[in-house]
Amino acid sequence: MSVNEVNVNKEDLRLKRHKDTQKVKDRIITIFIGVFAIAWLFPIAWTFYSSLRPYKEIRAGGVLSFPKELNLDNYVNAISRMELPTYFTNTVLITLPAVFLILLLGSLMAFVVTRYSFRANVALLLLFTAGNLLPPQLVFIPVFKMYLAIGDAVGDRRFLYDSPLGVILIHVAFQMGFATFVLSSYMKTIPKEISESALVDGASVFTHYFRVMLPLLRPPLASLGVLMTTWIYNDFFWALVLMSTDSKRPITSALGRLQGEFVTDYNLLAAGAMIAAIPTLVVFFVLRKQFVSGLTLGATKG
Amino acid sequence: MSSATAVEKPQAKAKKANRRRTFSKRDRFTLGVFIGVPTFLHVALVWFPAVATIYLSFTYWTGIHIGDIQWAGLANYENIFFNTPIFWDALRVNVIWLVWFGAIATPLGILLAYQIDREIRGSKFYQAAYYLPVVLSLAVIGIIWNFLLRPDGFVNGVLGLEISEAVSFFGDDRYNIWVILTMASWRHIGYIMLLYLAGLKAVDATLREAASIDGATEWQTFRKVVFPAMAPVNIIVIVITIIESLRAFDMIYIIYGSSGGLPILGVLVFQNIAGEGASMKGAAYAVILFLLSIVPIITYLRQQFKEDMK
Repeated sequence: MSVNEVNVNKEDLRLKRHKDTQKVKDRIITIFIGVFAIAWLFPIAWTFYSSLRPYKEIRAGGVLSFPKELNLDNYVNAISRMELPTYFTNTVLITLPAVFLILLLGSLMAFVVTRYSFRANVALLLLFTAGNLLPPQLVFIPVFKMYLAIGDAVGDRRFLYDSPLGVILIHVAFQMGFATFVLSSYMKTIPKEISESALVDGASVFTHYFRVMLPLLRPPLASLGVLMTTWIYNDFFWALVLMSTDSKRPITSALGRLQGEFVTDYNLLAAGAMIAAIPTLVVFFVLRKQFVSGLTLGATKG
Repeated sequence: MSSATAVEKPQAKAKKANRRRTFSKRDRFTLGVFIGVPTFLHVALVWFPAVATIYLSFTYWTGIHIGDIQWAGLANYENIFFNTPIFWDALRVNVIWLVWFGAIATPLGILLAYQIDREIRGSKFYQAAYYLPVVLSLAVIGIIWNFLLRPDGFVNGVLGLEISEAVSFFGDDRYNIWVILTMASWRHIGYIMLLYLAGLKAVDATLREAASIDGATEWQTFRKVVFPAMAPVNIIVIVITIIESLRAFDMIYIIYGSSGGLPILGVLVFQNIAGEGASMKGAAYAVILFLLSIVPIITYLRQQFKEDMK
């Protein structure tokens, strides 16, 4: 990759200009950044450490007491008492379909806008990108009323409101804007003649998308998929306002209620929070490249 | 990505061919579906409700029958500006938030990115440490920090205070906003660092080397060479800083619930649009929130669509 080449290049040049003052400065900066980095990790490390201790020990000896017991009891209890499996199932039921639809619809939109020259293309792209930036609160009241009205119309009040479907749809509607924007700037870098040769061969629009473009979109789709999964997983607002039955809520929104309910056993809550963070920690440790490139794909245009 | 851009592009011919193309019936249908489904969903659930909220903010409505909507003119806004002192309290908190992010958190993120990009020793580890909070949800962040700051938490423990005399970091007005800002910065700094690092990777390294050979100090190099070259990323960073400061909601809500505690616009809107307290005053609040972020939104769009507009 070109990035590595640049890095090597940089290193060579840097070796040439050994300035002593710069060295000293660098050392101070390094120490500073290092101390901060450890401070940065401390809150998570402390929560993790606390989650391994029984709360009664802290009650008895204070938070700084030497641990007598370190075990996973809090985790076992959190899973059963907080009904975490239910909340995780809810999360999966919302996140997976939402991410799939965002990627599908966003890529379709980006495909048409960049591969066919219609007059409305720029306007559509602008509409989608701008829509993604509107505050969720601005759309909430009418969406809520529409969900109820549609529910009444189909004879089931909870068809969209208080149902995973409603939360999925609003995520798709919003985030599709971001996906369209990111994928269209990616597609602009794919040479036109790839499309041209497909069209010369007489490929239909359908084939052109699924057989020619889609395979080329794998890298940005992977990045966007990771980013969107993280965002929707972490969403707090929509699942809070569009759902009224607590047992239907995804894990992130459920944490609010769990915090109130388990306030008397905070170490259990620590275990619950650590479990809730696991999927995002997987993103951190394993899918970091995709997450970062998804984030910056939109920010820096490819 | 680099492989795609590397191929040359004899565009002129391709463009002509594209314009001449006519579509078969089936292709026209496919294209219609490809554009139609996303556009319908987006307009129906984002743009239509947004416009409807703006209209509703000028009305009285209990929210039950459409027929009950009554024109109210500016009454909801007058109510907010002149009869709701908490609005100004919340606005004050949001402004402090914005100033803190703009003057401290965002510059720190940029500084970090700049130093880490120079590949100081251990930069991989540092980068990971600062990036970790970015993946966590604000709800989890609220719980994690509560751990350190609650009456029987770490900080009070270190201060040697019993529960009865412990500092209430979230309850005491002297501390709460600063505590919240620290928590928010914990995530924001890493976020800005990531964005800026990606931008820095794209800035030609030789540019910087040249500046330093010419005898420029690190600071001069950053200010005169790197910062101007980063113009597009700078705009995005500013936009994100403003939008995040204005829309802060999750973390405050997880700590205080909907009851307030620390007044902030995001929670105020929530109180007025969701549940029992719903009224069109809530719509007016949402519109105010929108208007406050319209300048950064337009700035962002102008930058992103510069080429398309030509």
